[in-house]
Amino acid sequence: MQQAQAVFSGTKDYIASEDLQNSVNIAIALGRPLLIKGEPGTGKTMLARSIAEQMEKRFLIWNIKSTTKARDGLYIYDTVQRLYDSQFGDHDVSDISHYIKLGKLGESFVSEEQVVLLIDEVDKADIEFPNDLLWELDIMSFDIPETNETVEATHRPIVIITSNAEKELPDAFLRRCVFHYIPFPDEEMMERIIYAHYPDLHKKLLEEAMKAFYWVRSINGLQKKPSTSELLDWVQALTVGGISTDAIVQELPFLGVLIKKDRDFNAVLQRLHNQGAQRKNPGILRSW
Amino acid sequence: MFVNFFYLLRGYGVPVSITEWMTLIEALSRGMAYSSLSGFYYLARAVLVKSETFYDKYDLAFQHYFNGIESSEELTERVMKWLENALPPLHVSPEERKQFQDWDLEELRKRLEERMKEQDGEHHGGGKWVGTGGRSPFGHSGYHPAGVRIGGESVNKSAVKVAGERKFKGFRTDETIGVRQFEVALRKLRQLTSKDEGPKEELNIDETIQATADKGGLLELIWDRGRKNDVKVALLMDSGGSMMPYMRICSQLFTAINRATHFRDLRFYYFHNCIYENIFLDPSCNPRNSVKTEHLLQQLDTEYKVIIVGDASMAPSELTMVGGAIDWSISNNESGIYWLQRLAAHFDHSIWLNPIPSNFWNRTTGSYTISLIRDIFPMYELTLEGLDMGIKKLKVKR
Repeated sequence: MQQAQAVFSGTKDYIASEDLQNSVNIAIALGRPLLIKGEPGTGKTMLARSIAEQMEKRFLIWNIKSTTKARDGLYIYDTVQRLYDSQFGDHDVSDISHYIKLGKLGESFVSEEQVVLLIDEVDKADIEFPNDLLWELDIMSFDIPETNETVEATHRPIVIITSNAEKELPDAFLRRCVFHYIPFPDEEMMERIIYAHYPDLHKKLLEEAMKAFYWVRSINGLQKKPSTSELLDWVQALTVGGISTDAIVQELPFLGVLIKKDRDFNAVLQRLHNQGAQRKNPGILRSW
Repeated sequence: MFVNFFYLLRGYGVPVSITEWMTLIEALSRGMAYSSLSGFYYLARAVLVKSETFYDKYDLAFQHYFNGIESSEELTERVMKWLENALPPLHVSPEERKQFQDWDLEELRKRLEERMKEQDGEHHGGGKWVGTGGRSPFGHSGYHPAGVRIGGESVNKSAVKVAGERKFKGFRTDETIGVRQFEVALRKLRQLTSKDEGPKEELNIDETIQATADKGGLLELIWDRGRKNDVKVALLMDSGGSMMPYMRICSQLFTAINRATHFRDLRFYYFHNCIYENIFLDPSCNPRNSVKTEHLLQQLDTEYKVIIVGDASMAPSELTMVGGAIDWSISNNESGIYWLQRLAAHFDHSIWLNPIPSNFWNRTTGSYTISLIRDIFPMYELTLEGLDMGIKKLKVKR
């Protein structure tokens, strides 16, 4: 299984920290799934896309929902369609393989070339879901009993799994993964990320927006702290809206872009009213 | 070769298994640590550590194991890097400055190396050792006018130092129970609906076969309703003064419950020490923003799962006597215990979470009222474990 070792180093609109790059490359080289955890909005989903982009591989997404079953990723046997077809006899219903559709994982196995497969938000599904996938991810093949077929991976896909830690993942599953936790970016990293998205951004605007952003994050008791993706949207809103840089910290324009919950919205406005974002204490800021 | 590191990690409480260790060995044999300690640091962390809650323990173990492994040449290099990061002299008086004038970089470097050899551990404050917050020329956050900053926010890439930064300290579970862990525990509080509401989207095989057969083989599909979580929760929180020390943990629980999206209905109520005729809708317990407890009992049907959070510690009169309420503004024509009994009788499932650790329940100042309330509500301590047990209790009929 020696493959040419391409090395992931982030793309121009996705800034990956050094240890994240390391983890990605380790996972690729070992042929293990990479499990990514981190606060919402730290770019977990974007990571897989940028890996695919940089390594020029096809990109498949398997979005997990609370009702997703492990077998859905392998294949779906459309019995209802087959029953309907048998009523009218305009298809050859004796050939079951017509009614077998490969899921995303199955698709990534049969692909002619290596693909990047993102299993997004694995923790949304049932608690047993990851365990049901263990075998298939380990040996990279599965059987379809209905047609007596075995689907085997021609090229081991690069599997990226994201989790929001809504549920604990089973130990057996964790043992087989390479794990990486994306911490919330510090200000320096954040600046690089923003510049990667908006290279022409005015420096003053960026500074003010960052100041306001970290101030909002420092407010205790927010139900949902704004994250990187919200900051990016906000910066865009500020640019498009032509807001003067002085007003950003003073008034927090377009606050709805940063804050999504009613209760939080009021809390932030009240804090702003009481003390103003300017008068912040850097010590408090850091200790969120 | 690193087998001791394996045991050290386990000793530090990082749950490393043999499978993961073998993976690490495989990776190492393929040269994936890039023959450097920092490469090894990231590699081993990615392969061996599977939760950010263990990152800190890993850092500690790594520091323990690899500290001192770096050769002296590397040390010199590190020191030179530190010197490049030297802070410019701060505001110091001329006399003070004179004292240090003859300290050139070479001198400092030599002294630091000597200091590193003598020093055997962390050192903060004082004027000699490498550490923080002192007047020594080495370290950071200190006041030495010609000193060297070590650590802090420098971008030195030594692995032992990265480990030394302990960036992931905040994620340790044994130090704080996070909101997230509470959330995970709360997920277990689910009870699936009976099949009489919601969209029909599940194929009922048996009915379909029957209906199809009835129609002489013409396919007839019968769909059923899927099942949804049907749990309704009411959270009653003590927001009295004696709860102040537990504010942090209570607000974490509050946030977790608030974030849990899987409940069908969720209500919050507040009380001060004990529940009387009125129950408050905001934590400040303002009588203007309250409802009659009687009204609450009418409004919430018996299926609500009631979680009461409070220290259950009060003067016995507050609990047992008419007119014993701690606030003068609250009239109570019935004793607190009467209302607690009403609540417990009304709802099928209720628990009391107490932030006071259970082994103190018999010994604290409030032990008398705690024991009285324990007779009414099943009481659990407000920890992850206690919440887990409480939730199990909420799921079964009494």
